[in-house]
Amino acid sequence: MTSRLFALALLLVLALPLQGRAEDQTADAARWQDLRQILFANHTLAPAKGQIALEAPDRAMDAALVPVTVTLDPGLPLKALYLVVDNNPAPLVGTFHFGPAAVPVQVKTRVRVDAYTHMHAVAETTDGRWFVTDRYVKAAGGCSAPATKDAALAMERLGQMRLKTVAEGPTGLPKGAVTAQLLISHPNYNGMQMDQVTRNYTPARFVRDVTVKSGDTLVFQLEADISLSEDPAITFSYQPKGPLSVTVRDSTDATFSHVFQGDDKG
Amino acid sequence: MARRTLIRAVLFLCGVAAAPPLVSSWAADVSLVQVAPGIYVRPGAVEDATAANDDAIANIGFIVGRDAVAVIDPGGAAADGARLRARITAITALPIRYLIYTHVHPDHVLGAVAFAADHPVVVAHARFAAAWGERGAYYRLGLARILGGDPAQAGDALPPTQAVDTTVDIDLGGRMLHVAAYGAAHTDSDLTVYDDQTRTLWAGDLLFQDRIPALDGSLTGWLTVLGQLKALPAVRVVPGHGPAQLPWPAGAADEERYLTTLVRDVRALLKRGGDIDAAATTVAQSEKGRWKLFDAYNGRNAITAFKQLEWEDPP
Ligand SMILES: [Zn+2]
Repeated sequence: MTSRLFALALLLVLALPLQGRAEDQTADAARWQDLRQILFANHTLAPAKGQIALEAPDRAMDAALVPVTVTLDPGLPLKALYLVVDNNPAPLVGTFHFGPAAVPVQVKTRVRVDAYTHMHAVAETTDGRWFVTDRYVKAAGGCSAPATKDAALAMERLGQMRLKTVAEGPTGLPKGAVTAQLLISHPNYNGMQMDQVTRNYTPARFVRDVTVKSGDTLVFQLEADISLSEDPAITFSYQPKGPLSVTVRDSTDATFSHVFQGDDKG
Repeated sequence: MARRTLIRAVLFLCGVAAAPPLVSSWAADVSLVQVAPGIYVRPGAVEDATAANDDAIANIGFIVGRDAVAVIDPGGAAADGARLRARITAITALPIRYLIYTHVHPDHVLGAVAFAADHPVVVAHARFAAAWGERGAYYRLGLARILGGDPAQAGDALPPTQAVDTTVDIDLGGRMLHVAAYGAAHTDSDLTVYDDQTRTLWAGDLLFQDRIPALDGSLTGWLTVLGQLKALPAVRVVPGHGPAQLPWPAGAADEERYLTTLVRDVRALLKRGGDIDAAATTVAQSEKGRWKLFDAYNGRNAITAFKQLEWEDPP
C-alpha cells in the first residue's frame, strides 16, 4: 500500500505541470504514444470508422464528474472496452470485460479529469481486432480537488447501491434487452489530497472491481482505478437471464454485494 | 485560457474573474459597515478571486464586547486578514480573544494567519479540522497561483482550538454570542453566530445574496438549515456574500427560491429519466439573470444537486 501511495504521490507531482498548460498537440501525441505502448503494446489499434464512438462535454462544468458515453456497433463481437484519460495521474480509468449476457451497445460512466486532455476509448473484439477513438476534454483539477461534500454521509452510505431501469435505452438494442443504470455509493478516495497537518495523503480507497451478473451469466466485469468519479455510476444494457447481482470490491478488499429483483436499492 | 479555467476549477469558490483586473486594490478602499452597535462587516467584492482583489470576496468582520473582540471569518488571504486586523485595532484597543470560522472555504479562512500573534481561541465546526486537512493545501496552492505564486501571500488557517458540534456560548463581556453548528448544508462545516443583544444573525455562507449560492454540502440539508435559521428571532442577517446586512427572515427569500428551484428541476429531470449530462444546461435556467456569476457556477450546482438527489427513493 505504501509504495502504491508513493507512486501516486509521484505521479501527482509529475502531473502538476500539465494542469496549467494549453493544448499542446505534440506533447499530447507523445503522451498517447507512450500510453499506447504501455497499455496495448502488442496490438495495432485501428482508427474507428463507426465501430466505436466517444462522447463527453467539450468543456466540463465539474472536473470531478465528467459524464462519458461510449457507443458501440451492435454487430461488433465485443470482448473488452478500455477507457483512458491521457493526462490523468492514473490514465486507465477502467476496463470492461463483457460476458455472454452483455449487450454492449452503449456504456456510460463518470470520470475525473485532472488536466486538459485527450480521452481514448479502445474496443477489443473476440476475434482479435482493436479499434480506437478519441476526444478532447477541457476540464482540470478533478483528481486533486476535494470532491466529497458530506464526509459523514459518504461513510454512512458506503457500499449501498441503486439500480434504475432506463426507459429510453440506446438505439439498436436487440429484442428483450434491458438498459439499466447502476449507482454505487463509494467516496472513491484517490489518495491525492494531502493533509496539510500530517503531510500525508488521505489514504486511497477506491472501487477496484465491479462484477455484474444476470442470473448466473456474466454481464460485465469492470476493473477500475482512481479516475472513476465518487459514487461510481455505470449505464449498460443486458439480456435478462434472472435477477441482476452485483459485487463490488474496493482497494481495501472490502466487498459489497446485492441482488436486484427489479428496480431496487441495496 | 487553460490557466484561467484551471484556476477556476482549482478554487471553484474563488476562481478567477472573467473581468479584467482592477487597477487599485478594491478591498483597501471598501469601508466597514456597522450593521448594529459593535457589529462590523467588511463586505466582500461580488466577484471571483483575482490578484487585484486579494481574495477579499467574502463578507468578513468582528463583534466588539465590553472585554474582548471576536473576529468572524478573518478574510481570504494573508493581506485581507492583515487589513481587517488593522481596522479592528483602529476602532478598539480590546484584545482579539476569539476567531470564529463560519466554514471551511478559503475566502473566509486564509486571512487567519494575520491573527496568530493575538493567540485567539479559534472556534470552528467539529468537522472543520478534518475538512481543512483534506482541502487546505489545495486551497492555498490555488490561491497562491492567482496571487502570483507565493504561498505566504495566500495565507493559512490557524488550527481550531474549540470544536463546536452543537452549540457554544462565547462571552465578550456583557455580550453573549451563541455559536451553532449544523449538519451538511452549504458545506459540511457550517456554523452561525447569533448576537442576542442586537438580534443579529451572522450566517456565513449559509446565506448568499447577489452572488449565486455555491453548493458544496447538501442541497436538502441546506434548505432544512435555512428553515431553522428563519425561525430564529433575528431582525437582521449578515450574509456570507452580498450586502453587509439584510432584514431577517425576508433576506432568505432569494436563496430559498434558488435552492428550491434546483431541487424541483433536478427531481423533474430524474423523473423524466434524464441523465446527468442534461443537468448542467437545463436545471434552474429560470434563475439566470438573477445572480452574478450564474454562468460560472449554476452548471456545477446542478450536477452536484443531481448527484445527490439521484439517491432519493422515488416518490
Ligand atoms: Zn463558502
